Amino acid sequence: MSTLHFVALAPFIMAVLIPVFYFKFRKIHTGWFVLPLPLVLFLYLLTYIPAGGDPMNPVLNSVPWVPSLGIDFTVYLDGLSLLFSLLITGIGTLVVLYSIYYIANKNGEPLHNFYVYLLMFMGAMLGVVLSDNLIVLYVFWELTSLASSLLIAYWFHKEKSRYGALKSMLITVTGGFSMLAGFSFLYVLTGSFSIQEIIAAAGTISGEPLFITAMLLILVGAFTKSAQFPFHIWLPDAMEAPTPVSAYLHSATMVKAGLYLVARMTPVFGMLTEWFWILVIFGLTTLLWGSISAVRQTDLKGLLAFSTISQLGLIMSLLGMSSAAMHYGAAGSEALYTTAALAAVFHLINHATFKGSLFMVVGIIDHETGTRDIRKLGGLMTIMPVTFTVSLIGLASMAGLPPFNGFLSKEMFFTASLNVASMDILNLETLGFFIPVAAWTASVFTFLYCMIMFVRTFTGKFKPDNYEKHVHEAPAGLLVSPIILGGLVILFGMFPNLLAYTIIEPTMQSILPGLLNGGEQFYVNIYHWHGINAEIMMTIGVVFAGAAITLNLKKWQQTFFFNRERDPLNAVYDSMLDNLVTGSQIVTRAQMTGRLRDYMVYMSVFISALGLWTFFRYDSFAVDIGAQTPVPVYMYIITAVLLISTLALPFVTHRITNIVLIGVVGFIIALLFVIFRAPDLALTQLLVETVVVVLFLLVYRHLPEIKKESVKGWSHAVNAIVAASVGIFVILAGLSVHAMRTASDITPISDFFIENSYTLAGGKNMVNVILVDFRGLDTLLEVLVLGIAALGVVTLVKHRMKGDEDV
Amino acid sequence: MEILMIVTSGVIIAVGVYLLMTRSILRVVFGIVMLAHGAHLLILTLSGLQQGAPPLLTEEAASYADPLPQAVILTAIVISFGITAFLLVLSYRTYKVHQTDDLEELRGNADE
Repeated sequence: MSTLHFVALAPFIMAVLIPVFYFKFRKIHTGWFVLPLPLVLFLYLLTYIPAGGDPMNPVLNSVPWVPSLGIDFTVYLDGLSLLFSLLITGIGTLVVLYSIYYIANKNGEPLHNFYVYLLMFMGAMLGVVLSDNLIVLYVFWELTSLASSLLIAYWFHKEKSRYGALKSMLITVTGGFSMLAGFSFLYVLTGSFSIQEIIAAAGTISGEPLFITAMLLILVGAFTKSAQFPFHIWLPDAMEAPTPVSAYLHSATMVKAGLYLVARMTPVFGMLTEWFWILVIFGLTTLLWGSISAVRQTDLKGLLAFSTISQLGLIMSLLGMSSAAMHYGAAGSEALYTTAALAAVFHLINHATFKGSLFMVVGIIDHETGTRDIRKLGGLMTIMPVTFTVSLIGLASMAGLPPFNGFLSKEMFFTASLNVASMDILNLETLGFFIPVAAWTASVFTFLYCMIMFVRTFTGKFKPDNYEKHVHEAPAGLLVSPIILGGLVILFGMFPNLLAYTIIEPTMQSILPGLLNGGEQFYVNIYHWHGINAEIMMTIGVVFAGAAITLNLKKWQQTFFFNRERDPLNAVYDSMLDNLVTGSQIVTRAQMTGRLRDYMVYMSVFISALGLWTFFRYDSFAVDIGAQTPVPVYMYIITAVLLISTLALPFVTHRITNIVLIGVVGFIIALLFVIFRAPDLALTQLLVETVVVVLFLLVYRHLPEIKKESVKGWSHAVNAIVAASVGIFVILAGLSVHAMRTASDITPISDFFIENSYTLAGGKNMVNVILVDFRGLDTLLEVLVLGIAALGVVTLVKHRMKGDEDV
Repeated sequence: MEILMIVTSGVIIAVGVYLLMTRSILRVVFGIVMLAHGAHLLILTLSGLQQGAPPLLTEEAASYADPLPQAVILTAIVISFGITAFLLVLSYRTYKVHQTDDLEELRGNADE
């Protein structure tokens, strides 16, 4: 157990203590107790950053969990894990601080719920990024889905919250299942759940047919989590969560788990052509779809949600492009090929900073004005100057304007797309041209929605009548976190090389490990001015095109796609859910008829079919006619009487005849017990049979005559066939058991009882000794069963119901 | 004799299953009773018939019938008696409340 294990487990331990803090210190906001934890974890994780530009040495530490199945809680900290852990704890600290002011400790707000879920998420997410074992990763992965769902439904009295929670749960957990299947395939191929071992074995298994299936299944998991088209529809509905949650889970960390997984799996699957194209195509589609959809949102959080979707698509496509470097072997470590990986990592960091600050700003606007609807907002520039400044920084960065960090990564995105388009592998020479085109088009829309958010919220005329409360600047506590993030946006924009060899290069090593020899490093140097080149022209084009559309916004808003705010793919999800419900009802109604007879038929058919199939499958039917005790003549007579009485039973409707037949069968069974050397059974059977007959007679007094069965003919036939098949199965099974028993010459375990019943239990009647001594507890429980039955009988007879009860 | 008894118990069980699928409550109870009889007979038969003396040490025979299946069957007889008694009273009660012993009429709505 290393300290890193505790890093992942600490939030869970803290979560257990939260109710104590909440109920013991009601006056103090529970968030203050939570705040130190992510801060300490963040500072601790900072110590892992390689000093002085040296390459990072990954840390590996394993604790056995289920060793027999190869499942160990192995923590593995390399550049990629470190980057994510820092994001989780760093943004986590800011979000907790922000939430203290956002969710007020009054009106019985269930703060303990909030922080327990939040800590559960934090621990689970740290577990995902620190775990080297796929099964452990999966467990934590599903825990993040659960925590996310619980947080979305935090205000569960709202219908939309519950809808959003259910939706995110269904989509991400379905993806998680698919991912688990993919992991299992990888285990089948490599015999290991360890990611590092799978990476080492990747070269030898890449030809297997299961390999591509595993890749597809894992990608479904990553795509659902990271809200990639067409699974992105859960993210806008997740915006019902409190804004700190949206800033934390649904923009900075959890939705990036899919990106993490893809980056983690790049060394495994990166050589596949399918990997490159699936990631690039789905990433770019998501990028375009998200940015176009964001433009038509009227809810600020909805706009940011679609913006997040599109940015996730951007990073996803960059991760796909970065896998192209692997096709060049050692030459792939040149900057021409690694720009995509660099851009992916850098943009991931930048997105966390500017999107985190923007979500918090939107939260502030919502908090202070009571609305997030851009049709009502306007002119907040002078009313909320600090909020406005932070938004401006975040929006400029998101739009890709200098000197902010978003500009740098967007330039790199263009560079990477141009580089990839000029490659001569993977059919890129014919199809590659569309990558920069899509990148540029999406950037125009990105610029556009940034402009819309800016123009509609902050400029224009301030109309006090639109708001239910008095609008003023937010309190300082609420502003601290977005200001810090906004500060980082500027810091990383001005001095991007702060990150170069501390975070970015180690992360690139994790994504593209095979390209370098030990000790070598990728060349990372990020700077603003590259001279007049294609990228800068593209950026200028984006600004002009975006500005032109913004100026004519009124005209654009008449067009078709502006009029529908909800994503058209929601209809698919909703109808699937509806059909699931109606489909289940149809299936249920088809079999749950409420008829005892039908259930009996199901069970009988199933049992006899299962039994007969087993005989057939294992060829286990056997008959041994030879090994028999001789049959005395009187046995034929007794058996004949028994069979006649039995077979007559279904045909007789006269009640007394029925009871006579039942009695005859019972007493003949008792007689058979005598013949077969079972005196105790015979005695019991005689006694029980007498009582049963008396009972039947008693009940007859109150029950009507048995009517002749009045059902359709074929129903009788079905019953008869089903009953006969059960009988045949019993006979076949009996014959086989008998043959096997005589053939294999087994010694029955009852020799023990014969030898020991007197010495151990002091009784000479072995059956009795077994019942009351060797198996005494069974008999005790049997008595209990009889007692319950007797109680039931008494209740049913004595309890007088009035007749209008729902029985 | 084993094969004869196996076939007999198979027939008893088949009749029991058939009765379970009928409409009258009383016949269903008959079915339960018959199933129990068939099962008891089958278990006893499968342990071997008439091999040695009854399982009483006072007999002082060279070999005894297997006591373990007998103990199991004894338990089963008592339990099936409990079930029969309970079902009988249940059918009595059902008839009192619903004025019918026809399972077809007693079935609930498909929606329930």
